[in-house]
Amino acid sequence: MARVRVRFAKRGRLRFLSHRDIARTFERGLRRARIPVAFSAGFSPHPRVSWVGAAPTGAASEAEYFEVALSAPMEPEQVRAELDAALPPGLDVLHCVAADSPPLPDRIDASRWRLRMPGAAIADLDVAVAELLGRESLTVERATKDGRRRVDVREAVVWAVCRAENDTCAILDVVVRHTTPAVRPDDVLTALSAVAVLSVPVPPEPTRLEQGRLREDGTLADPLVPDRDEAARLVGQLEA
Amino acid sequence: MSGQSLFPLLEPLLPRVRKPVQYVGGEGNAVVKPWGDAAVHWCLMYPDAYEVGLPNQGVQILYEILNEQPDVLAERTYSVWPDLEALMREHRIPQFTVDGHRPVGDFDLFGVSFSTELGYTNLLSALDLAGIPLRTADRAAPGDGLTWPVVIAGGHAAFNPEPIADFVDAVVLGDGEQAVLLITDITRAWKAAGAPGGRTELLHRLARRKLVYVPEFYDVSYRPDGRIAAVTRNRDDVPERPAKHTLTDLDSWPYPKTPLVPLAETVHERLSVEIFRGCTRGCRFCQAGMITRPVRERSITTVGEMVDAGLAASGFSEVGLLSLSSADHSEIGEIAKGLADRYEGTNTALSLPSTRVDAFNVTLANEFSRNGRRSGLTFAPEGGSERLRRVINKTVSAEDLVRTVSTAYANGWRQVKLYFMCGLPTETDQDVLEIADLAREVIRAGRRASGHRDIRCTVSIGGFVPKSHTPFQWAGQASHEVTDQRLKLLRDTVRADREVGRAVGFRYHDGRPGIIEGLLARGDRRVGRVIERVWRDGGRFDGWSEYFSFARWEAACEAELTGLGVSLDWFTTRERDEREILPWDHLDAGLDRDWLWADWQDALRATELDDCRWTPCYDCGVCPTMGTENQIGPTGRTLIPVIPVGRTDASAASAEPGPAGSSPVPSDLARVSASST
Ligand code: SF4
Repeated sequence: MARVRVRFAKRGRLRFLSHRDIARTFERGLRRARIPVAFSAGFSPHPRVSWVGAAPTGAASEAEYFEVALSAPMEPEQVRAELDAALPPGLDVLHCVAADSPPLPDRIDASRWRLRMPGAAIADLDVAVAELLGRESLTVERATKDGRRRVDVREAVVWAVCRAENDTCAILDVVVRHTTPAVRPDDVLTALSAVAVLSVPVPPEPTRLEQGRLREDGTLADPLVPDRDEAARLVGQLEA
Repeated sequence: MSGQSLFPLLEPLLPRVRKPVQYVGGEGNAVVKPWGDAAVHWCLMYPDAYEVGLPNQGVQILYEILNEQPDVLAERTYSVWPDLEALMREHRIPQFTVDGHRPVGDFDLFGVSFSTELGYTNLLSALDLAGIPLRTADRAAPGDGLTWPVVIAGGHAAFNPEPIADFVDAVVLGDGEQAVLLITDITRAWKAAGAPGGRTELLHRLARRKLVYVPEFYDVSYRPDGRIAAVTRNRDDVPERPAKHTLTDLDSWPYPKTPLVPLAETVHERLSVEIFRGCTRGCRFCQAGMITRPVRERSITTVGEMVDAGLAASGFSEVGLLSLSSADHSEIGEIAKGLADRYEGTNTALSLPSTRVDAFNVTLANEFSRNGRRSGLTFAPEGGSERLRRVINKTVSAEDLVRTVSTAYANGWRQVKLYFMCGLPTETDQDVLEIADLAREVIRAGRRASGHRDIRCTVSIGGFVPKSHTPFQWAGQASHEVTDQRLKLLRDTVRADREVGRAVGFRYHDGRPGIIEGLLARGDRRVGRVIERVWRDGGRFDGWSEYFSFARWEAACEAELTGLGVSLDWFTTRERDEREILPWDHLDAGLDRDWLWADWQDALRATELDDCRWTPCYDCGVCPTMGTENQIGPTGRTLIPVIPVGRTDASAASAEPGPAGSSPVPSDLARVSASST
């Protein structure tokens, strides 16, 4: 059965969609676009879509992924174009590739985030980042559905840098390893406020820029590249 | 005014509230037009939470019809939850639309659709947040032009708008499709002429053209005993009795064509297609049935086209065929079979979500569950005893009900839900206790028919609230103490039954919200002060048990009504006599008052009445008054197959095949819904 891997973005006001909202909207988009989606067998069949992680409600993303099983073959580029046209602006389908092994989750172990922090002073943020990176470990608490969870932010943060977007807005770039439970942009902020005096008058706007496998130099490997390479190799064989 | 987007101000607040997605708009098929291109700006509201309001068909239909006009802009707004309301007040952000995030106060017309009276406090929140003075008396402004939008109420609850008469400028009775276009025409012309005379002149023009009821053009006086002395118009060129609008030929109005597809989770996640409007079954408790007469069917062909286009435009995976009693459509069998054939293998479920489906037969129910799950059937006998069912004109014998339910169990349904009302006129403890007998018979029959013991039946009970424009409009409402005591008796009786007690689930609600609904449903203009006081005391979202406070309503009644010689009881539990002027008597739903009274007397004698679709007209008054007639099929057509949305190959799992049940069950039994959810 053909499987297609999809990278999509969650932008603008649609950053307030939860993962469930996104899943439902994509299911409807797939139907509207008449993509031949395979369904599970059983009492209540559901479309065979598997999700990889999900940016939290309120966070935008340029790099969300899922995989969908098709009941009939369809060109990945056609899936991309038609699915994108069937979705509301702000849920934008960026790439589709035919799936190849290994599974997608095995190719993703970290995320690069960018946090816009309107009203935050860059000097304070600088101090906070240096302080956090200087620690061995820094645990914060977060309220979840199942009570309070503790996560070690320092352990998950691979690197972090900040700069000023302009006089009134600071920008923080941070690469975070995927841990269980996951360390979210909010947790990083809680950690920064715990180690230094940092005033964040307005809720920051986080965007996930990349997901992938963490390389030694701290950059991330695009998880769809191996599938694309494989597709190119097959095309090469056919042409040869 | 400008119609500028408030989103930049709102966005930083959204991470701080629950479910922010409900405030961002962006639904599939939503429309945002440039403000400056429109001659008339409409804001439409459903005064409840987004998750309840978004699926509302009335708002979706008017939204689409208005936006189809090139020079009209229509946007939507819903009630904001108290967490966001507090932040909006702190940051001085007014009530906004979810489409363009524009201030509601910038629009020309503000239409609010009420399905239930419990939305009245939310109207006040929206007006106040929008910066519109709560009382119409404070909206009078000298000179030309509009200072605030004209507030127009509609929907079923607006058939007695008197409790909100102080807060709304105008009321549309009945079907809104043509009415909103005519209101738009008059508003457009008036604005083009420079909006002479301001708000009052516009209202006068709308009232003169018989489009709306304008409460302030009518004066109400009271007798010393608290009853109404007279309702008289204070301008002689407005109608003495403003009348409801009736849409005929529903095939010409196939809306919504492009249904809104929410991004947030809502209460109905499906494509709704209205297959007919109106109902002449004559259930005496049912306001919807009385005020929407006569029956106007959509043809099988139009229904088929609407389903096809709606699915393609939305991507929904469930279709609900709506009406007050969907199995009564003259071609429901053909529709069900045609749709089930067409969408076989596409994982598209069909449902008849109305609990008012008559003429149940298993063939039909099987068609509806062919492409979906077969989980539950809802039967709504409404009254516990046969005598009581004759009183409410919903005649079903216990044997017929049990036989129908057995057939359903034998055909593989697992769950049967029985819906009843408590507190009906003439009801005694014994009538309610007969619900326990019925439930016992249903479980026994189910065990026999299915051959196993794990049969379940849920008994769900709601309190009866008398409504305007029905034969029960004169009835005394049962006090919540009586209702609660009868339900407790029933529950104890069911629980004590060792044979079936554990197989019967029991659901009922506290009777107190029903008393407040009763106050608002049959109240007059004096109740407006109560609503305002409750709202000022923090009353919001009265339809939600976690927000509703009976004590707050009781206290407000005490404070506002005592000095007027009336009370909460006076409006609810008091029986009215034939000559009393009812607060809504000057509003014409087409029903002949003498006929309603005669039907009320028949009810007290437990005399039934037939359906005028199948027996001669019994002169309820609607058709001659409104110049309408029942529009029903059959047309004799069938649904031609179309290439359905997302049909998958044969290997894709479809629903488990149902047993080949084709045994028709005696029809006309109980109100039934085959639900696949
Ligand atoms: S006027 Fe006659 S035909 Fe028309 S709805 Fe009333 S009873 Fe039925």
